[in-house]
Amino acid sequence: MKIAVCIKQVPTREWQPRLTDDKTWIREQDASWEMNEPDAYALEEALRLREKHGGEVVVCSVGPSRVQQVIREALARGADRALHVEDNGLANADAFLVADALAPAMAEERFDLVLTGLQSDDQGHAQMGVVLAERLDIPHSTIIMDVEIIGESGQGGRVRVKRELEGGWFQWITMPLPALLTIQSGINQLRYATLKGIMAAKKKEIRKVAVPAGLRPSQQILSLALPTKAKQTQMITGSAGEAARELVRRLREEARVL
Amino acid sequence: MILVVAEQRDGRLNRATWETIAAAQSLSGSLPITIVVPGASVAGVAEELAGAGVAEVLAAEHPALAQYTPDGWTQALQAIVEQRSPTFVLLPHTYQTRDFAPKLAARLRTPLITDVIAINGSGAHATFARPMFQGKLVADVRPQGDGPFFVSIQVGAYRADAVQKSGTAPVSKVDLVIDESAIRQRPEAPFQEARHAVDLGQAERIVAVGRGIKGQEHLPLAEKLAKAMGAELAASRPICDSGWLPMERQIGSSGQTVAPKLYVALGISGAIQHLVGMKGSRTIVAINKDAEAPIFEVADYGIVGDLFELTPAIVAELEKT
Repeated sequence: MKIAVCIKQVPTREWQPRLTDDKTWIREQDASWEMNEPDAYALEEALRLREKHGGEVVVCSVGPSRVQQVIREALARGADRALHVEDNGLANADAFLVADALAPAMAEERFDLVLTGLQSDDQGHAQMGVVLAERLDIPHSTIIMDVEIIGESGQGGRVRVKRELEGGWFQWITMPLPALLTIQSGINQLRYATLKGIMAAKKKEIRKVAVPAGLRPSQQILSLALPTKAKQTQMITGSAGEAARELVRRLREEARVL
Repeated sequence: MILVVAEQRDGRLNRATWETIAAAQSLSGSLPITIVVPGASVAGVAEELAGAGVAEVLAAEHPALAQYTPDGWTQALQAIVEQRSPTFVLLPHTYQTRDFAPKLAARLRTPLITDVIAINGSGAHATFARPMFQGKLVADVRPQGDGPFFVSIQVGAYRADAVQKSGTAPVSKVDLVIDESAIRQRPEAPFQEARHAVDLGQAERIVAVGRGIKGQEHLPLAEKLAKAMGAELAASRPICDSGWLPMERQIGSSGQTVAPKLYVALGISGAIQHLVGMKGSRTIVAINKDAEAPIFEVADYGIVGDLFELTPAIVAELEKT
């Protein structure tokens, strides 16, 4: 099995947003970075599938040189090698740009299975994986909680996946390999890099790939802002009994929701 | 014109569709609105939508659409979008939309703006507000190119009861040609893991508990309040991660987005992932001992106090009448 995992570098969850002067992007020099959390689960799933079925895991990422931080981390956790479409202009790329940047190099590799996280913690488009599947002309399924490989790719091999629907519903779906899956957080237990893994990662190949010509953004960020508070909160005071009485009265008479 | 893609399963309309129609009406300017309903047997749903104050409802029926697949939906909607050339295509930002809409937009090489919470301006020059960085920021976004522009609307961002209903729109059937051999996904029947599974997305009232409940042994307190209010019980992520309630009752990041009539947050501080999941609720009550808790930012009614005293008092008050 030749498995690709697309990973993205995003600001850490603790990061407090600061904007550029024109307010169309974040001040990257102030951010600290980490691997997008759902992508970390996709990587873990790829490593587990390799342990079970053999083959190799190739990490694919798009962005400026800073993204090598998460590529190295993925290699330290056990990925075999990496593709990096490196370009400073792709720091704030939208989902179509990322997919179009990755597609030619990934098509050449002829992967049996491509995994991505279900969405990114930065722009959060929740599109890149599905767009990439269309560009690679392979079937896909999204928000996956379990992966079973049946047979071998190219010889009638298939993948059977458990997809999360809304409201506590799930569904098993089978499709031919090669295929692309977007992975839900929590599908597995993440492993962390060992010292041995970190040392080994230094010798692993990161192939730099040039950006394909003619890429154009599909959407433009006109401005970024902090969310505004939309509501006036009415605070209810008094003893527990008084507050309870007042709350129930307002829910019945004012809001009319009881 | 604006094309709204309705979502149904087994002939039951997903109510997020109504919210998307409300968004389409606010976007429309002078553009007429057409609703399309894909499925195998959607006459009932199409009739239901005909009263939505739109120009036309299209029943996109085909036996190959009996069960949802991204390949099937993409084929069906590609044909309709190419034939009708809408300016915008609006969809509810559901798991199903997330599964096929990026493929459809990619195939048509046209932008898709997802998870939209507000529309600025109307008609062809509109721009779209969507959360970024886990809701820490809101971006105002403009699609590039010639369109049609695909836009998915966050569940709860618009109100279903804001739809301006008028008259009865004509319902027509679309003749679809679908190449079934090009549908690569083979779905099995949907199933629920928990025996008493609940669909919080359809609940009218929700009582949600957070870390403030302190221990699993205190959950019956919240259950009593839920029962007295006719509400479903839900929880923030830490409660479900601890296994005190099943994952299907989790609100927020990788859980659910809900927009009930009433949302009562008991001892929930309001982490951003949770707020994203529930802030579209019509009326929000926050009960928390910390007056600075972010949950009060989105609440309509707030009480700063001890939930172990307040909850029984509210239950007693509700049981009086």
